Amino acid sequence: MPLTRRNFIMRSASSGAAALCAVTAPSASAEVREEKTMPPKALGLLFDATLCIGCKSCVTACREANHTHPEFSTEDHLWDTPLDLSADTLTVIKAYSQGEGVNKDQEENGYEFIKKSCLHCVDPSCVSVCPVTAMTKDPDTGVVSYNPNNCIGCRYCVAACPFGVPRFEYKEAVPRLRKCELCKERRAVGEIPACAEVCPTGATLFGTVKELSAEAARRHQLTPGERTVFPRKTLEANDVHEKPAPHYVKETYGSTQVGGTQVQLLSGVPFDKLGYPDLPEKSFVSTSESIQHTIYKGMIAPAVLFGCFLLRTRRSAKHDENDDDDQQGGK
Amino acid sequence: MRMKQLGGPYVTKTTAIAATMVGILGILVVVRLFFGLRTVSNLNDGVTWGLWLAYDVVAGTAIACGGYSVALVVYILNKGQYHPLVRPAVLASMFGYALGGFSVLVDISRWWNFWHILWPSYFNLNSVLIEVALCISAYSTILILEFAPAVVERVVEWTGYRGGQLHAITLKIEKILNKVIFVLIAVGITLPTMHQSSLGTMLIPLGNFINPLWQTPILPLLFLLTALSTGYGVVMLEATLVSDRFSRPSEAGILAGLSRYMMVVVGLFLVIRWSDLIYRDKLHYLLSSGGLTFAFGVENLLYLTPLILLWPKHRRVGPRYQFIAAICILSGSIFYRMDSYLIAYHRAGWHYFPSVSELLITFGMIAVEVLGYTLIVKFFPILEIESVHHVSPVLAGK
Repeated sequence: MPLTRRNFIMRSASSGAAALCAVTAPSASAEVREEKTMPPKALGLLFDATLCIGCKSCVTACREANHTHPEFSTEDHLWDTPLDLSADTLTVIKAYSQGEGVNKDQEENGYEFIKKSCLHCVDPSCVSVCPVTAMTKDPDTGVVSYNPNNCIGCRYCVAACPFGVPRFEYKEAVPRLRKCELCKERRAVGEIPACAEVCPTGATLFGTVKELSAEAARRHQLTPGERTVFPRKTLEANDVHEKPAPHYVKETYGSTQVGGTQVQLLSGVPFDKLGYPDLPEKSFVSTSESIQHTIYKGMIAPAVLFGCFLLRTRRSAKHDENDDDDQQGGK
Repeated sequence: MRMKQLGGPYVTKTTAIAATMVGILGILVVVRLFFGLRTVSNLNDGVTWGLWLAYDVVAGTAIACGGYSVALVVYILNKGQYHPLVRPAVLASMFGYALGGFSVLVDISRWWNFWHILWPSYFNLNSVLIEVALCISAYSTILILEFAPAVVERVVEWTGYRGGQLHAITLKIEKILNKVIFVLIAVGITLPTMHQSSLGTMLIPLGNFINPLWQTPILPLLFLLTALSTGYGVVMLEATLVSDRFSRPSEAGILAGLSRYMMVVVGLFLVIRWSDLIYRDKLHYLLSSGGLTFAFGVENLLYLTPLILLWPKHRRVGPRYQFIAAICILSGSIFYRMDSYLIAYHRAGWHYFPSVSELLITFGMIAVEVLGYTLIVKFFPILEIESVHHVSPVLAGK
């Protein structure tokens, strides 16, 4: 075929279009991934910031349960003072304070304590992005766990977690990822997670997400000031205390964020003031998975693209051979 | 005209400096592999993907798309006149991808498990990264095979001196290779289309951490377009240098043709990127993103300049304009990709700037490329040249 200007343009256009179509066009038959739902026997925590007195028993109990080391942030190196989650601190208590900082659980001139640890998402980013299945979500309990034997250390989970939970051991020659696994070992022998076990005020409760959500709903119904009963450890334990109901912000954090989480929180101070980010209801990974599964559905689009390319390269190869023959003939 | 090795001395100023940097790289890599990430890098939980990933892997493989872009033109659009550009482009791509892969190995912290990305029982097919990893591994292999004819030609030549059975065998290998090379080339065009777009998709799970001027569901399309434009940029840069060094006026016309492809891709990128920003109603982030607005502006200017520069047809044949355009495209793409992965990724309270060792490792990787490329064009038939006497001082090491 002679290489005219017209051919040139036609071919560029058609090949370019084919390439782009193969990548983008399948959106016409988009493989939209269904939103993930809460596992039936999902386990979780309910953290009620209005009950937390900032004693950090949970932080210490978590150290014991997960064999982590104290972290020092004062000069005397005598005080375990973790500043944030880290590879050595799988749960941390932070403090909010505004203005004079005198009114507990209030935004103005108030203060409040807030717990941070893995939220065990319904649709976890870390599980979705991990290339080698080192992050898994238990189909029954929904607990998100880490398997170091699989892990290649790419730290995609660290980069992707919208809550900034997974932390990596940068200093170790044989590093691991660290995050809360809801006390996997303790649960295996029938115990509850250490943080819920030791919490003196029941600020951290362990149970199924179903019953914990019901308890959160009950607390939202209370009139501030009304005396009511707050359980400790779990909802079933006959260990309760009585206290006037606080003023909660309307939202239960974790009920909708990125598709919902199994650890949920109640507070008197808006969550964005406590380091809990404002997030959409749809998880980011449902978008990436939809795109990926649309393009690579049955490997059809890549196969078609390859087929088109193969036809063209074969033709080019023949073209070359003829050229060579011509040249040889001419010599 | 046949491609020929350049010859010349192997030890020169360029190769000596490069070799020193490669030596430093070697030491640092050993330290990094056996003593943990913190000993050499400033990576932290807030910015866990730093310079190595953003530059060496993500920007590096875009720069390594010369082989992809030029193969697309030569074999898919059947533009035989660009054929002289294929071998140098494939060689540069081979280095780019090999080093991208090596950088990943340095970056991943449980590197002894790296084979898990190739072992199906570990695969998580929901992960964009597994597609990228598999595809890049496959493509690196393809690049080596695409480069094989150059090696075989050299062996043919070498055995030719000695004659006999060996020469016959290598000739046969060369013949077989030439018969099946079109399959390799087709694979070699499909794979980058896949993983270069996926490099964009990889950022989508990072959600709000990435500024909305960069974070968009059409990232795969934008990354594919930057892969192509960067590829043309690199090839144009190589070609302007080659045409300059070998004083071949005929190249200018060919490059004018090539620059048209580049302009189409760059134009598409700009139109799609801005339309997307308008469609998603994110333009107001230009007013509230501070330094990132500046970064965004730089990227766009670097992409717009070649369009304006090469718009009048008479300029397209000018090597100087072609050269400037190519530089703009290259730096624009590097900025775009590094901004997407590193600069526009922000988590409150975290800071990162690469450590000296991190920088030295990246410079070392570039040195490997320079050293390898220089030595290989001297030993293997890569460049199509009329006469070795025109060889530039840099390449010949004079």
